[in-house]
Amino acid sequence: MSTGNMNLTLKVWRQKSTKDKGQMVDYKVSEISPDMSFLEMFDVLNEDLITKGDDPIVFDHDCREGICGMCSMFINGRPHGPKDAVTTCQLHMRSFKDGDTIVVEPWRAKAFPVIKDLTVDRSAFDRVIAAGGFISVNTGNAQDANALPIPKAQADAAFEAAACIGCGACVATCKNASAMLFVSAKISQLALLPQGQPERYKRVQNMVAQMDAEGFGNCTNTGACEAECPKGISLENIARMNRDFYAAKFISEEEG
Amino acid sequence: MSAINSNIPEGELTTKWTKYKSSVPLVNPSNKRSLEVIVVGSGLAGASAAATLAEMGYKVKCFCFQDSPRRAHSIAAQGGINAAKNYQNDGDSTYRLFYDTIKGGDYRAREANVHRLAEVSANIIDQCVAQGVPLAREYGGLLDNRSFGGTQVQRTFYAAGQTGQQLLLGAYSALERQIGMGKVEMFTRHEMLEVVKIDGKARGIIARNLITGELERHFGHAVVLGTGGYGNVFYLSTNAMGSNVTAAWKANKQGAFFANPCYTQIHPTCIPVSGDHQSKLTLMSESLRNDGRIWVPKNKDDNRKASEIPEDERDYYLERRYPAFGNLVPRDVASRAAKERCDAGYGVGTSKLAVYLDFKANTERYGKIEASKAGNHNPDKETCMRLGLAVIKEKYGNLFDMYAQITGENPYETPMRIYPAVHYTMGGLWVDYNLMTTVPGLYCTGEANFSDHGANRLGASALMQGLADGYFVLPYTIGAYLSKEISVKAIPTDHPAFVEAEAKAKGILDTLINIKGTKSVDHFHKKLGLIMWDKCGMARNAEGLKSAIAEIQQLKRDFWSDVRVPGTADEYNPELEKAGRVADFIELGELMCIDALNRNESCGGHFREEYQTEEGEALRDDENYAYVAAWENKGDGNFELHKEELKFENIKIAQRSYK
Ligand SMILES: Cc1cc2nc3c(=O)[nH]c(=O)nc-3n(C[C@H](O)[C@H](O)[C@H](O)COP(=O)(O)OP(=O)(O)OC[C@H]3O[C@@H](n4cnc5c(N)ncnc54)[C@H](O)[C@@H]3O)c2cc1C
Ligand code: SF4
Ligand code: FES
Repeated sequence: MSTGNMNLTLKVWRQKSTKDKGQMVDYKVSEISPDMSFLEMFDVLNEDLITKGDDPIVFDHDCREGICGMCSMFINGRPHGPKDAVTTCQLHMRSFKDGDTIVVEPWRAKAFPVIKDLTVDRSAFDRVIAAGGFISVNTGNAQDANALPIPKAQADAAFEAAACIGCGACVATCKNASAMLFVSAKISQLALLPQGQPERYKRVQNMVAQMDAEGFGNCTNTGACEAECPKGISLENIARMNRDFYAAKFISEEEG
Repeated sequence: MSAINSNIPEGELTTKWTKYKSSVPLVNPSNKRSLEVIVVGSGLAGASAAATLAEMGYKVKCFCFQDSPRRAHSIAAQGGINAAKNYQNDGDSTYRLFYDTIKGGDYRAREANVHRLAEVSANIIDQCVAQGVPLAREYGGLLDNRSFGGTQVQRTFYAAGQTGQQLLLGAYSALERQIGMGKVEMFTRHEMLEVVKIDGKARGIIARNLITGELERHFGHAVVLGTGGYGNVFYLSTNAMGSNVTAAWKANKQGAFFANPCYTQIHPTCIPVSGDHQSKLTLMSESLRNDGRIWVPKNKDDNRKASEIPEDERDYYLERRYPAFGNLVPRDVASRAAKERCDAGYGVGTSKLAVYLDFKANTERYGKIEASKAGNHNPDKETCMRLGLAVIKEKYGNLFDMYAQITGENPYETPMRIYPAVHYTMGGLWVDYNLMTTVPGLYCTGEANFSDHGANRLGASALMQGLADGYFVLPYTIGAYLSKEISVKAIPTDHPAFVEAEAKAKGILDTLINIKGTKSVDHFHKKLGLIMWDKCGMARNAEGLKSAIAEIQQLKRDFWSDVRVPGTADEYNPELEKAGRVADFIELGELMCIDALNRNESCGGHFREEYQTEEGEALRDDENYAYVAAWENKGDGNFELHKEELKFENIKIAQRSYK
């Protein structure tokens, strides 16, 4: 049961370091089982490379269950591969056919430089969050949780926005390498909740400013991000962020 | 054998923590600014501590090996977090949470710590909601609860099947806020490889920049390890691929005792192994046991499909054996019961190492409720199932999707197949009431310490403990130590202790690279996993443990002579990272077997076949083993046992019963 009978050709991006130019390299893998995950197929390939004395392919991964947001492969022209609503680590080989050729590349975006092979630097996302993706409440200052009832529909909507795993597929798939879906998901989560109101307009301004500073592109409403997001983050979030962003400008002009 | 001091404050159990908090020495704000704290780990335990310490005014450096603190393994927790809020008015209280946890832990945890945990549990929920964590709510807008194993009240708060994610993102946002303000310096893609000790106190760490391979020296007046559990010693577990014991193990080598290493939690509801290629196992949250009924066929080797097996030929063995708790018995009990049925030949699926988790009855029940809400008081079965599925989908949708993704089967139509898998480690670095290890100035929080769960952790209690430690306990207790350190100036990192520690770390990395053997790191890791699972897993016996120790010693020799680590130490080299972790797992594995062999009783997750009741339940020996086994590392695979006697002054110690 462990080995299967799929034989595949992989074309994988190899790049030694950020400065290296990088190139596609072909590999053959055999006896792949349809029950394997895509990353387990890479484990098999790497095991083979190591025993042969070659350098294994470096890729990011950790939880292998679709929640940490670490895995990030651009497979046959799509982030996280051909299946909707899953991450690379949740993709199984039964989504491919014996004899297939599979092209695997890293996320490509100016704000996500390649570190090595399929691994990129996504720390720009953290800096955007540090610019305002929080509610300023120190530990120990909270009132009783049920003192603030929140309508279920509103709480559920905030939860849906909060489901973003920060993987960056939205950026990778966007022809402008825009981070609007990611940034708007956090802004929406907090804007939908009463706790998020005091800092609502300052937050959107600060986060958008940091997003621009990181070198992410503009949004031209192609909608590719929503289609490729493994967690179903909706474009509505971008609309909400835009509304808040313009409202914020207006408010600060009024005050200014 | 020396005694160790747990530093439990005097006085009555329920007032110890309040009194302690109001009498602990304080550090004034200007001194805090010159006190530096290193926090290794950015999971619930690490991120919450780093953020809170920075809010209080300390200078904090925080480390994680992932590319962002948001990706710590806590992110994967699914089911929920406990708190004694009694929002459901079902008789919950601080005392009851305390009692359930001590009993669930099979009377092997420290009363004072557990009571404190129960006391602060309610504050955690308040704090998280204030941060904007979107916990599940009822239609009235108030927070919702569900039940978890080992309790008879509903005290578990949740966010669909993504509770860990939402709580961690809350702690992460608090941490990023402090990073943005320059109060925490964050080091991602860094791995701690040594604790630096000066004059007996922890004064810093050696960390490797995983991208450049460079070794860095970092000073701290105190060091906190919130580095998670060591379940990956079994190779296959529900932990993330990178979860490891290295930080705790290096600390053990520096004098921090390792407590109860053999207490491992095998979770009853995981997706069964499907083949040799498998790299990890996936949990199906305990919350599913709220609505799923567990069964196997009454006949041996019944090869019919689940749907073809009539009701009266099904054995709902948990409901049969444990009528009072039924499907909600604690994890250790549920896991052993599944193993017992499969070993006896009643398992299902191709491997026969699985049991069914079936949602049909409750789907129908929910459907009936929904129909009647809509005014239909006599719905047919089909309507019930249709309406009920929508309810199930809302409650557990992401878990069902995950199951379908991995197995290729549709759990809305056929029952899930599940089997126990390694999930959590109750053992960890020994800490006193202050969460300080046996090395002064070295603290340990979250899953990495041994403190609150005894021999078995109850569901939804790890998230509670991680956040209790990080938000509400450590930030106070560390003040007691730091208040005496205010005159200590930051020690320059060219101090000989730093030089020596760095040389040691470098020596290990160079050795690993230079072995140039023939087998990959994973090869050894898988072998270790098999030994541990077979001989130190769900059931253990003296003979097996002895042979496991010999096998691990041999594996260690093979590893150090035949492992192949490609590349160099001065570059991004994940194989080298793995090699270092597996080297430490091998040594830990041996200690786990030594500990399991020493403990001649069964308790919680530690089941010694020689010690069981006639009904096959764990048989404790309170007279001889009501102690914490804390192991001192004497080098070269030698360990000395130190005992912390457990005193039960508030709870009457009894045979655990869920019947
Ligand atoms: C699948 C799954 C589901 C779970 N569900 C629940 C649940 O519903 N309820 C519940 O209460 N518990 C649950 N648990 C248990 C719970 O999630 C964990 O016990 C808890 O999150 C551990 O948190 P932690 O902060 O101690 O460690 P972790 O979250 O594991 O964090 C460890 C941190 O340490 C860092 N680190 C480790 N070693 C080093 C090193 N050498 N150098 C630098 N950094 C290092 C890592 O980068 C990481 O940031 C679940 C566990 C699993 C596996
Ligand atoms: S919005 Fe979707 S695609 Fe973008 S980072 Fe979040 S989860 Fe990934
Ligand atoms: S490895 Fe965590 S989401 Fe894929």
